[in-house]
Amino acid sequence: METKNLNVKAIENGTVIDHIPSEALFKIIHILELEKETNLITFGSNFESKRMGSKAIIKIANRYCADDEINKISIVAPMACVNTIKNYEVVDKRNVVVPESIEGFVKCANPACITNHEKITTKFLVRKKNDELNLRCRYCEKTTTQDNMVILK
Amino acid sequence: MKKNLVSITDFSKEEMLKIMDIAADFEKNPYQRILLGKVIASLFFEPSTRTRLSFESAINRLGGRVIGFSDTSNTSVSKGETFHDTISTISNYCDMIVMRHSLEGAARYASEVSRLPVINAGDGANQHPSQTLLDMYSIMKTQGGLDGLNIMLVGDLKYGRTVHSLLQAMSHFKTHFTFVAPPGLAMPEEYKEHLNELGIPFTETTEMGKYINDVDIIYMTRVQRERFSDLMEYEKVKNAYILKNNMLSETKDNMRILHPLPRVNEIATDVDSNPKAYYFNQTENGVYVRMAIISYLLGVKK
Repeated sequence: METKNLNVKAIENGTVIDHIPSEALFKIIHILELEKETNLITFGSNFESKRMGSKAIIKIANRYCADDEINKISIVAPMACVNTIKNYEVVDKRNVVVPESIEGFVKCANPACITNHEKITTKFLVRKKNDELNLRCRYCEKTTTQDNMVILK
Repeated sequence: MKKNLVSITDFSKEEMLKIMDIAADFEKNPYQRILLGKVIASLFFEPSTRTRLSFESAINRLGGRVIGFSDTSNTSVSKGETFHDTISTISNYCDMIVMRHSLEGAARYASEVSRLPVINAGDGANQHPSQTLLDMYSIMKTQGGLDGLNIMLVGDLKYGRTVHSLLQAMSHFKTHFTFVAPPGLAMPEEYKEHLNELGIPFTETTEMGKYINDVDIIYMTRVQRERFSDLMEYEKVKNAYILKNNMLSETKDNMRILHPLPRVNEIATDVDSNPKAYYFNQTENGVYVRMAIISYLLGVKK
């Protein structure tokens, strides 16, 4: 579709994150702390996508994603693609890679888990079941699914 | 490296069998004062008389000394001290920590905070591994081994932590499981998938009747009224999960009935005098198994 090309071309230098599930858009905004970003940001949601049905896209001028940020994105958007743009050109195109374990940015969905009562860095094993990701808590051993994932700050 | 027992999956099959061996040795000779001079903290952030006394009895039999508390009302926890600080302070007073806590994951966290071995004596609805090992020991003692048994799990299979841990542990031993639960309290998918992955067959049903005569072990748990959102549903199903003496006449001679206790009404009292009732013997086995776990983790029995 034209929209995608326009969006990508419209940015001179920076990052374009594509193939985000529409429902994960605001989680990614939160993960990347875009609330505090001072560079130009454009995002859109509910674009038609042949592969995903509906998708969202985020463009951030003059900012490049670190590996650990890309890891975090993968947890809420395992299909996402992170494009690095230099001088209007895509110079790097990376599909996110889902890590085996994650620390510290997702809340355990179990209210009786100790991590929700003491100051403890959450730790999860990432498990892939069909197309869904879920997180197994290192402490309470309960599973947090994609639907009830809350991003911590 | 120090070794903990927080979750039953912390022990390999070989280690579980090792615990069985050591426990059998303690049963033959319970007076082995091999922990003389050792101090073990028994920290019950949540009260549990049975489990605490079983552990403390095990420590005393081994000649060790116990420090600790049976509830938090007289401790610095009630002054608002963090769990982290309580554990790191007490770690300087002893050689091992045995703990129970109402929050899930508390024992795993304690094992990270402390340089000492930690035994989880129950963390909320999560794990209670010494119970699992004493269940296994009871199964082994009554059946002469652990391999290839037919085990029926009855009652609340959805929330019951003891049945989940027992399933994980016994899946090393080619067990055939029969799950008997009301529809709303059935064995969760993830455990059934675990069995499927291992190629272990199981049967699922809502009634004991048909299968009771084929099994080697009946493991009873309580169906709690609080688990039902629809109390009419509870009234309808509650009697289906009560074991009565007249149901046992055709069961196998080697069959034994286990229950993690406390029992409420899910085993009728007329079963107690049946030689197939084994639930009170289980508690005695618990002391030997806990002696075995403690001495194994402290490296005094190998």
